Amino acid sequence: MKTRAVLSVLGEDRVGIVAEIATALAGHGVNIEDIRQTILSGIFSMTMLVTIDEDAHPFEDVQARLSEVARHIGMQVTLQREDVFRYMHRI
Amino acid sequence: MLRISPEEVAETLLMVQQQHLDIRTVTLGIAIGECSADTVEEMSRRVYDRVALAAQRLVPVCEAIEREYGIPIRNKRISVTPVASVAGRCACADLTPVAQAMDRAAAVAGVDFIGGFSALVHKGVGRGDDALIRSIPAALASTERVCSSVNVATTRAGINMDAVARMARTILDTAELTAHADSIGCAKLVVFANMVEDNPFMAGAVHGAGEPDVVVNVGISGPGVVRAVVAALPDDADLTAVAEAIKATSFKITRAGELVAREAARRLGVAMGIVDLSLAPTPAEGDSVADILEAMGVERCGAPGTTTALALLNDAVKKGGAMGTSSIGGLSGAFIPVSEDAGMVRAVNDGALTLDKLEAMMAVCSVGLDMVAIPGDTCAETIAGIISDACAIGVINNKTTAARLIPASGKKAGDQVSWGGLLGAAPVMDVSAWGSARLIRRGGRVPAPLGSLRN
Repeated sequence: MKTRAVLSVLGEDRVGIVAEIATALAGHGVNIEDIRQTILSGIFSMTMLVTIDEDAHPFEDVQARLSEVARHIGMQVTLQREDVFRYMHRI
Repeated sequence: MLRISPEEVAETLLMVQQQHLDIRTVTLGIAIGECSADTVEEMSRRVYDRVALAAQRLVPVCEAIEREYGIPIRNKRISVTPVASVAGRCACADLTPVAQAMDRAAAVAGVDFIGGFSALVHKGVGRGDDALIRSIPAALASTERVCSSVNVATTRAGINMDAVARMARTILDTAELTAHADSIGCAKLVVFANMVEDNPFMAGAVHGAGEPDVVVNVGISGPGVVRAVVAALPDDADLTAVAEAIKATSFKITRAGELVAREAARRLGVAMGIVDLSLAPTPAEGDSVADILEAMGVERCGAPGTTTALALLNDAVKKGGAMGTSSIGGLSGAFIPVSEDAGMVRAVNDGALTLDKLEAMMAVCSVGLDMVAIPGDTCAETIAGIISDACAIGVINNKTTAARLIPASGKKAGDQVSWGGLLGAAPVMDVSAWGSARLIRRGGRVPAPLGSLRN
């Protein structure tokens, strides 16, 4: 089952954020569909649309891996199923 | 291509992380009609087995949804068929063991409250109803998670004043039996007019007669989110703009509730019931309905204009929510529980909010005299008078009203009581020194009102 999800990353800018996140995602077979990224007053903010193959890598495994990355790079990383945004922001 | 903008993602995260957006409750309604038995012991065993089995996946499923969608589900709860309607076969007059079985089943399921130790007596008290009401004080004193509710009035039947008087005495007995814990038993006991069959919120949740076997009902939350939106408006924004902003926010909150309700029902393999559009506060600072009213412009909740602000809020929440779900149900109106709302507590402490003003506010929002601590020496007739006033507002206006009064044993007006957790803490409020004993002792029934001639 392919699941679309939104990954958001927020925190102080540093070298290698995108690399670490992308490596973790690739390691779990997660495909990155789109990336938006901004840096405002040194605060790094990235939003990704990704597709997870839940048959190979359950959603909670991907979340657990991203939590490790979040601790390592000291940033807030949130992975949520895409539906929640579609429900809340679209009629 | 991102179909959702980064700003929208950020807005949702802000709502959850800083403004207390959560799903207040996912409540699993379970029919227990099949648990009827000849003895209370057998009925208790059946109730335990039925509830424990039906609810065993509730908490793990809700926790998975929380993780995957990033929206906290604050409470997972259970409601059952009003126990009185199942208890008619038992010759035994004491139904406390059934409450204790419900308590154990709730503990095993991992939920904090289970509702349905309830009776509907608006037209009269049946055998099961009588046994249930008699058992309420001991049941609430000997259980932790069980909630009880009794419906004493409806618009179609009028007000059963004998039942009102009996519930006032039951409240006092419950207060006495739980005196060691600031009469906490009364915080789990609510007296209703026009009780609804699909309310997911405690203490009044029951699984009504018109419901399927097992159903998921969801109560939304979000006072903190609404307050933030109102507070962000310019000072000169007119009230139409305030209503618009609340509507837009309510839509988003409701959609989160709708999504969780659908997903929980799908994963549990049961029917999706309703989404309750009540703004439910918690004692957490900032998660307050009173704070919304103050952000709208009253100096303190309870000041003149409070009823107007609450009426606008309540209506705008429903209008926005109605776009968000086609399954509106439950109570669906802003809650004004005193002890569970830090802003309401502050308003009482500052002398701005009185019992009389709460009664007026009740006319334009959900339920009403909720989590109100009153002096422990308040007499039964006065309590009955307060309850019957709440019922009169509900019956005449064709809406649900309720009283959850806590006569705090040994406490007088101005003293503090504290129940902890979501039940919160509150100052004991003053009640009128003028009595209503002669009215209450008349008993009988206040006839159902005329449906036309509406003034």
